[in-house]
Amino acid sequence: MSDFFLTSVLTLDASVRVCVPLIFAAMAGLFAERSGVVDIGLEGKLLMSAFVAASAASVFGSPWLGLIAGMFASAVLAMIHGFASITYKGNQIVSGVAINILASGLTMILTLAWFKRGGITPTLQGEERFLSITLPGVDIIDHIPILGVIYRELISGHNILVYLAFAIVPVVWWVVYRTRFGLRLRAVGENPKAVDTAGLSVEGLRYRALLIGGILCGIGGAYLSTAYNAQFTKEMTAGGGFIALAALIFGKWHPYKVLAACFLFAFLQALAIRLQGVIIPGVGEIPVQLIDATPYILTIILLAGFIGKAVPPKASAQPYIKEL
Amino acid sequence: MAKSNIAIELINVDKHFGAVHANDKVNLSVESGTIHGIVGENGAGKSTLMSILYGFYQADSGQIKVFDKDFRATSSRQSIEAGIGMVHQHFMLVDNFTVLENVILGSEGGALITQSLANARIELTRLAKEYGLEVELDIAVEELSVGMQQRVEILKGLYKGARVLILDEPTGVLTPQESDELFRIFEALKNQGVTIILITHKLREIMNITDHVSVMRAGKMVAHRETSKTNPEELAELMIGRKVLLNIKKSKAKSGKALLIAKNLEILNEQGLKRVTEVNFEARSGEILGIAGVTGNGQGSLLKALAGILPLSKGSIEIMGQTITPEIHLNPKQLRELGVAHVPEDRQKMGMIAEFSASETALLGYHNDKEINQGVWLKRSSVKTNCESLMQAFDVRPSNPNLLSSNFSGGNQQKLILAREFERDPEVLIIGQPTRGVDIGAIEFIRKRIIEMRDAGKAIILISVELEEIMSLSDRIIVMCDGEITGTVDAKDANEATLGMMMANALQPQDEPKGVKL
Repeated sequence: MSDFFLTSVLTLDASVRVCVPLIFAAMAGLFAERSGVVDIGLEGKLLMSAFVAASAASVFGSPWLGLIAGMFASAVLAMIHGFASITYKGNQIVSGVAINILASGLTMILTLAWFKRGGITPTLQGEERFLSITLPGVDIIDHIPILGVIYRELISGHNILVYLAFAIVPVVWWVVYRTRFGLRLRAVGENPKAVDTAGLSVEGLRYRALLIGGILCGIGGAYLSTAYNAQFTKEMTAGGGFIALAALIFGKWHPYKVLAACFLFAFLQALAIRLQGVIIPGVGEIPVQLIDATPYILTIILLAGFIGKAVPPKASAQPYIKEL
Repeated sequence: MAKSNIAIELINVDKHFGAVHANDKVNLSVESGTIHGIVGENGAGKSTLMSILYGFYQADSGQIKVFDKDFRATSSRQSIEAGIGMVHQHFMLVDNFTVLENVILGSEGGALITQSLANARIELTRLAKEYGLEVELDIAVEELSVGMQQRVEILKGLYKGARVLILDEPTGVLTPQESDELFRIFEALKNQGVTIILITHKLREIMNITDHVSVMRAGKMVAHRETSKTNPEELAELMIGRKVLLNIKKSKAKSGKALLIAKNLEILNEQGLKRVTEVNFEARSGEILGIAGVTGNGQGSLLKALAGILPLSKGSIEIMGQTITPEIHLNPKQLRELGVAHVPEDRQKMGMIAEFSASETALLGYHNDKEINQGVWLKRSSVKTNCESLMQAFDVRPSNPNLLSSNFSGGNQQKLILAREFERDPEVLIIGQPTRGVDIGAIEFIRKRIIEMRDAGKAIILISVELEEIMSLSDRIIVMCDGEITGTVDAKDANEATLGMMMANALQPQDEPKGVKL
């Protein structure tokens, strides 16, 4: 029993760590899509910022400089997406896919050019990456059964970016639902004409939404290479940007629901790792691929209308062309 | 406020869109505290002119004065600040926002909205009292009726301090009763010194409520009149530049046998929502059956079911000796072969393919005809001659079969579609919104052709949201509200008031006029 309990806590703990880039990317996507711009380039931005953050952290010896560099790189990609799809009213999906391909190719070439290695950056040592923080009081609470284990394993012992990810969700909610910017953001994703005729700039709002998204995505990418891992490796995001997009749909573009979806999908991934090779009596070995595919399957079931209904912002994916 | 003040003055305002000269040196002056009508055909440049005033477009040249101050707007923000508000034809509302949120959008007055919403609530309650514009503030606008949404638009303008309110075709989506209510609001606004500019193509409205009227034609301002010193005939002539028959003369219908009998129809739309229930009617040869109702009351789904696009979920349609039931569905092709022609409500989406040439649009649905289709290849020469003969029969201009369908004006697109359906000599014609977005000259032409088809002994089902159209063409009228038939009237006994009440399903049995059976 206690063994099962510890395993459960450890699986949840792994879920928390897997969850972090999903949260940042999904919140980034939330800003973009609420403004009416579909952001399928989340994956590329995560990957690019993971690479740039690991490179900068390695060169300058500071994870914080790595983080800033990662945020900057991701924001640049977001602005390219904006330039193509807002200013030039291009197809948002095409622009997003282009960013994914660009990031995938560019990270490979730059690892070769800068570090003479194919697809990896130098391993970050000690202080070059974000380290775990032990929260105060672990020793005291540790004596309490159950609660002690939960506090020690699940709540304490993460790096700063993990806490930031969970703290950012209520902030996103507050920005979207309680501020003037949030009101305008929601309006521009639903009916950009209403925003235009109210004397506001549709393009300005969308650019700002993408910029915020770029920065958030940058934190998620930096987490992957300078906190969760200690170097950049080829395609290390492994579809995280797409899972975040699925979580965004599954959470119906609402910050807290999206958080819940991210956690669910992260839990499934953690479970898949945990169940690798495990033979369950009566069932046999569960194929890991099936669990890996579950987020996508769940999202498809949602989209097919079996569990509620996912209604995206009305104007999403439509470039705004001024006409009567 | 002195009545002689000029609120808006436009001097030589000029605007091109590519090759189109939308506004040609337009002059206009609107007295403060009056209701000023602007009439003109579709495409005459009314909406463009008002959009320039509202800062949505910029004029190429010319001068604008608002309350005697020079004015040049690069965005709607400057217009709002100058005291101009606009209610667009398609409402500029965020559907899933509450009324309150919609009103403050763009004029929040602070970075956080909690306080803005509280302030707006107080101000809107005051405005609602002052002008009789009561509306629930915490309801999402998508839950409101169209008339109520329009109120929200007016409140939005007033809340932002509008002293001049521009309304673009405000009654297009309203029942006659809702329109009367709107005109009552206009009077209240006028009494408070608000200037109203009303853009419309309905001359009756102009005559009833405006003080002055300006007429536009082909981008030019052609006349200014005091409303009391003009009449609808003069305005119509000014609008199109020649005399028109507003009421088309027609002889008495020679009704024959019923060609289409609908019994207990129930129809679900594409989303599976029930849009039509318990509908019964019959269409006889030599007769036009008009189906009236405010947009979105089930007429669209009924039209699609009659044309074979939607299946029935209950009931039956007997048509040319065949019976359609929920089990036996006839698709549009089979119906067409039976002699049923369908002119869809939305010509842009269903009647044609914008990127196709006129000759291709002219054969949609008939592409399997032997003289056109030779198995694998279309016979190019037949495709061309088919289109040329249709264009000639219906006076489609320019008569060039190779031009893209989207390059024709609305009226000419519609004429081409009507030609395609009429020239096959069908027995039953199902026609949706034949003159929507069509200029007056073409309206006259199209209506004459519909009556010619009637006189040739065809059964015609006409669905239109324009009451005037229903009344001038139909021999019998049924009215739909919320998917049900709320009234059946003989055209000679119909009047706008009764039909309007039926459209709102508000007719009490004691109001029942002579000749109406419910």
